[in-house]
Amino acid sequence: MSSLAEHSPRKGQSLEKQVDTVRVFDQSFYWLAVIGAIGIGGVLLWIAVQIGLSALPAIQSYGVDFLTTTTWDPVRNIYGVLPQIYGTLISAAIALVIAIPVGIGVAVFLSENFLPNAVRTPIALAIELIAAVPSVVIGLWGIYVLIPFLRPFYNFLYENFGWIPLFSTPPRGNSLLTLGLVLSVMILPTIIAISRGSLIALPRDLRQGALALGATRWETILRVLIPAAFSGIVGSIMLALGRAMGETMVAAMLVGNSNQITPSLLAPGATIASLIASQFGEAGREQVAALLYAGLILMILTLIVNILAEIIIQKFQNVE
Amino acid sequence: MATTEDTIGRTKKINLTRSARTPFRSYFDFFMTFLTGAFTILTIVPLVALVWDVVRQGIDRLGIQSFTELPPPPGLEEGGFGNAILGTLITLGIAAAISVPFGVLAAIYLSEFGRGTRIAYGVKFATNVLAGIPAILAGLFAYTVVVLTTGGFSAFAGGVALSVVMIPIVVRATEEGLLLVPQEMRQAAVGVGATNFQSISRIVVPAALPSIATAVTLALARAGGEAAPLLFTALNNNFWSTDIWQPIATLPVLIYFYAIIPYEAQKEIAWAAALVLLGIILIVSISSRLLARQRL
Repeated sequence: MSSLAEHSPRKGQSLEKQVDTVRVFDQSFYWLAVIGAIGIGGVLLWIAVQIGLSALPAIQSYGVDFLTTTTWDPVRNIYGVLPQIYGTLISAAIALVIAIPVGIGVAVFLSENFLPNAVRTPIALAIELIAAVPSVVIGLWGIYVLIPFLRPFYNFLYENFGWIPLFSTPPRGNSLLTLGLVLSVMILPTIIAISRGSLIALPRDLRQGALALGATRWETILRVLIPAAFSGIVGSIMLALGRAMGETMVAAMLVGNSNQITPSLLAPGATIASLIASQFGEAGREQVAALLYAGLILMILTLIVNILAEIIIQKFQNVE
Repeated sequence: MATTEDTIGRTKKINLTRSARTPFRSYFDFFMTFLTGAFTILTIVPLVALVWDVVRQGIDRLGIQSFTELPPPPGLEEGGFGNAILGTLITLGIAAAISVPFGVLAAIYLSEFGRGTRIAYGVKFATNVLAGIPAILAGLFAYTVVVLTTGGFSAFAGGVALSVVMIPIVVRATEEGLLLVPQEMRQAAVGVGATNFQSISRIVVPAALPSIATAVTLALARAGGEAAPLLFTALNNNFWSTDIWQPIATLPVLIYFYAIIPYEAQKEIAWAAALVLLGIILIVSISSRLLARQRL
């Protein structure tokens, strides 16, 4: 309000009036910010309601059977997403099986002082960059570099362990296993960043106490630090699960988009996201409705996972 | 050797010369350190391999024509993806025009007005959940809201879809930047009689401007690489287009379409486009992170 001291009030306007306008202006700015903030929740709600409403016609025509039907037939207008739900869950599970131990391991390694800071910082940066790579570029790389690279391993698995149902089909490259492997790398940054953050945030006394009692460094880590940071780690895993289930381009490019349920991980499959991405382009009216229904299911799955993750992480932060 | 009495009074010999640290415990420690170190290297290998392959495969095809020419029809060789670069810039511009004012206002509320309130808690919660929503659902949302109501695929619909991706990133990073502004600056502004608006618009936001710029850049880098929200909003276009009500080509969608069709020339263009996209995103991400770190 320095302007008031320097300049005389404008003609025809008393000082009070000017102060009033400033106050009104100030108030409206406050409310603008409030609207902006509440608008975030509004957008979230809008997305949920909008997708729910547009799925309504399909919900009415296909009902709950949509979840248990295994056909996707635009010609006869029979739609069901059981194979896609199966593929979404299986590929996410493969990704988690790999990413949980590796992610927690890396988080520990980077939160301890095994490496000097000058080495640790670039490594942490590189891991953050994995999350920055566009998924369509990862998909391109997966098709032309990773799949040819993995083929001998797949053949080996099939030839030697083909009697296990998990590897019982001739490998085709595009498969749930390929997708799971790539997803595991893509969700690692999420697990590492949040787990590492909660490990670093632990009070020093915990570590010092354990070491003073004679525990080795890894006994301290495994029995004291990881249990103490457990909720942060679990939260990071939930977030990673949400990412894995919703990842679209990599799924559409690497999973093979085949509408089937087999126990074999070497067989092509489909996920809900890959179904939407690969079918939407040439979909007619009925099929678009069915795809919106599929989108609603994906949204419900990811919302549950993400909300749980947030609750777990927030709870952890409040304890601190 | 020394002797000691246990709890029921028996005399026991204990060995004081040997460390309680048995070989197994030492080996276990060494093994775990080695294992997690190996995991760390293993995590970075795919990134290095991917960047290396994209550079190797994309560099041959990259030239001035990549930026100035249209993609060739199937079967022909020459051409570039200039229209897709322009399209990416246009959709990002629309997305930024929606998400930046909105996101910055929300962040201002979180850091300046609502600190510690229930509303702020709820808003942060909503922001984080929004960040976790799959990008393809942002596409479905924009499809039902924009494409169905305006009657066609358009660059604007793509921009709306990308803005959903950008908003949570802008909010979170801007809030962090605003929180870094020392409380004393706000108190000094209020002390000389500034209103909230004056203190925020003249003192706090200018002080946090570099972090806000970083936030916007990171959000743009993230949204610029997304193909899923654009597949059925902006769709694709084989020609130059600047009309925001028409379908438009974008780099990620072009890479997707060209990666899955069996023409060699298109495949090469996909790699070159991937190199351009990845190059820009990595450079932007690295530099903005380094700048952010310097400020801390």
